[in-house]
Amino acid sequence: MNAELDPASDTHATADTGVPIRFRVYRRKAGDRGGHFDEFTIEVAPDTTVLDALVAIRTRLDPTLVLRHSCFHASCGTCGLRVNDAEVMGCVTKVLELGTSTVKVEPIANEALVSDLATDMVDFYARLAAIGRPLIRDSEWLADSIEPAGIESYNRFESCIECGLCISACPVVATDSRYLGPAALAAAERAVAEPRGLDPNFVLDLADDPQAAWRCHAAFECTEACPSAVDPAGAIMALRRRAASRRLRSLFGWRKP
Amino acid sequence: MRGSAKVQMSQSASAPHVVIVGGGGTGGAVAHDLTLRGLRVTLVERGELTSGTTGRHHGLLHSGARYAVKDRESAVECIEENRILRTIAPGSFEENDGLFVAITEADEAYEPLFFESCLASGIPARRVSRAEALRLEPNLNPALRCAVQVPDGTIDAMRLPLRFFATAKRNGATIKPFTEAVAMTIAAGVSGRAVRGVSVVDRSSGARYEIGADLVVNAGGPWAEKIAALAGVDVPISPSPGVLVAVRGRYANMVINRLHASGDGDIVVPQRELSVIGTSSWLAADPDHLTVPADHVAMMISEGSAMIPAIAAAAVRATWSAARPLIGERGATSGRELSRTFKCFDHAADGVEGFVTISGGKATTLRAMAEAAANVVCGKLGIESPCRTREYRLAPHTAYYA
Repeated sequence: MNAELDPASDTHATADTGVPIRFRVYRRKAGDRGGHFDEFTIEVAPDTTVLDALVAIRTRLDPTLVLRHSCFHASCGTCGLRVNDAEVMGCVTKVLELGTSTVKVEPIANEALVSDLATDMVDFYARLAAIGRPLIRDSEWLADSIEPAGIESYNRFESCIECGLCISACPVVATDSRYLGPAALAAAERAVAEPRGLDPNFVLDLADDPQAAWRCHAAFECTEACPSAVDPAGAIMALRRRAASRRLRSLFGWRKP
Repeated sequence: MRGSAKVQMSQSASAPHVVIVGGGGTGGAVAHDLTLRGLRVTLVERGELTSGTTGRHHGLLHSGARYAVKDRESAVECIEENRILRTIAPGSFEENDGLFVAITEADEAYEPLFFESCLASGIPARRVSRAEALRLEPNLNPALRCAVQVPDGTIDAMRLPLRFFATAKRNGATIKPFTEAVAMTIAAGVSGRAVRGVSVVDRSSGARYEIGADLVVNAGGPWAEKIAALAGVDVPISPSPGVLVAVRGRYANMVINRLHASGDGDIVVPQRELSVIGTSSWLAADPDHLTVPADHVAMMISEGSAMIPAIAAAAVRATWSAARPLIGERGATSGRELSRTFKCFDHAADGVEGFVTISGGKATTLRAMAEAAANVVCGKLGIESPCRTREYRLAPHTAYYA
């Protein structure tokens, strides 16, 4: 084992690689009247990610840059960003694979800004709490649950890393903050699909609302942006089918009281 | 136990104020512990919480089995804390267990010592035959010889620590991310120098200000040396990075460990739909400049696929490095020669009062590290208040954002 390794073998190098990339980074401090972009040039290697480059900018060029990060493998959900106008996790987005010599980096949309690239996730969790998180199931033990047939083929809401990319990408949230949004509705569908002793009608009531499942424009931007294959748009469509079928049954008096 | 305390601290304006520098798992657990003991607590972290080593680890809840043969003290610490964390943070773990798999003849020869050492450390361990191991985990290398099942688990590396922050905040602590400690206020007293506060820069606004403190805790992990230097103190903490590789696909339900003496690439931790392979070990000069060496990445893939062959062809999701904070004598050249057990330094011994460093350790022992640090802090401040974190159930991580 070496005390210091050969820097030339660094697959995520941010210097001395000969491939300079210009980063246009959104900046805004508390109290500023508006945002602006600052430019920094960083040399990148084939595996250098947007997050690596931003950390290098902060470490070497500008210690005042504010950004969020934690796990570096798209498991924690903290480094969601808009890179060249698309919602991505910075830690798994390789700079050279973007194919542009200038890379624009902005914070995710539709969340309150802390500063620069960091957003405050309070609103995201408030949306989840409104539907997906106050559920008291009879049991927290998966072993006690009756799982629906074919559950192994389901997209798992448990894969949600709470990054906010779906909210950022959603064209409806952008214009109407009252809309519950894709992450919370995906959570609702999960709770209805596998209620673990809960009455799913309670959750379906919350989802079957003009500001919930019916507010979605079916743009599928959320599913496109999701880094964890949760497919929020598919979940919203499933909730609509469940709600419609429940109404139909209710109309013909089939719904149990 | 409450009645045994001479002084019942209730959090009040007159309670001593402790500033914690470092918002990783250790800092969060110290904030939680001290808040429960009635102190006023402010924690500052230069970036987002858990943005240093904490969030980057492989997400293993240690049973202690990895240390059972060579480091009994760490093994006992791990299994104790493993049991406590399951009680105080239910829902933050996959209770998926761990399997140590013997692949080679040499691995198999190591098994009796390993198994007996687990039992001697108080770690529940069960011998698993080759056939049963392959039935439990069909993706394992069919050449495996035998296995041992232990109570490892998968932790969410960010959300478990976030529960300590959430609980501390709910109980009155002030948590300040994006707030960098840039200087210490040192007063000359009768008995020498003493830390009296921390100057910080709020990176979200650029504002610089001072936070007064009766005592400052350095919980900087591998950055502890840099933070201690602000107070003119040297602590023997070395950043020892290791490479981790996440591949797409969950190839095992249990945590898969190589049954041999600790080595590189000896663990595969399933995390949601990913498998995380770790790790290697070297010594770095600066935790802010970690490399991800190509040969280490290749070694993770080859060692990981010795246990789970499908890893060789799996799509790589991410590669990264995380720096352990290792305590040791200067001059050691490889991270593994240093102890993994944590240590609390009272810098009165270095001629600086009001300054304590807690470092070393691992994610599984964050609560125990905090208890040790809080005992030292309370002792120095003359407060008798028992530790309550062994039983205190933590708030959910979402409460941090409430």
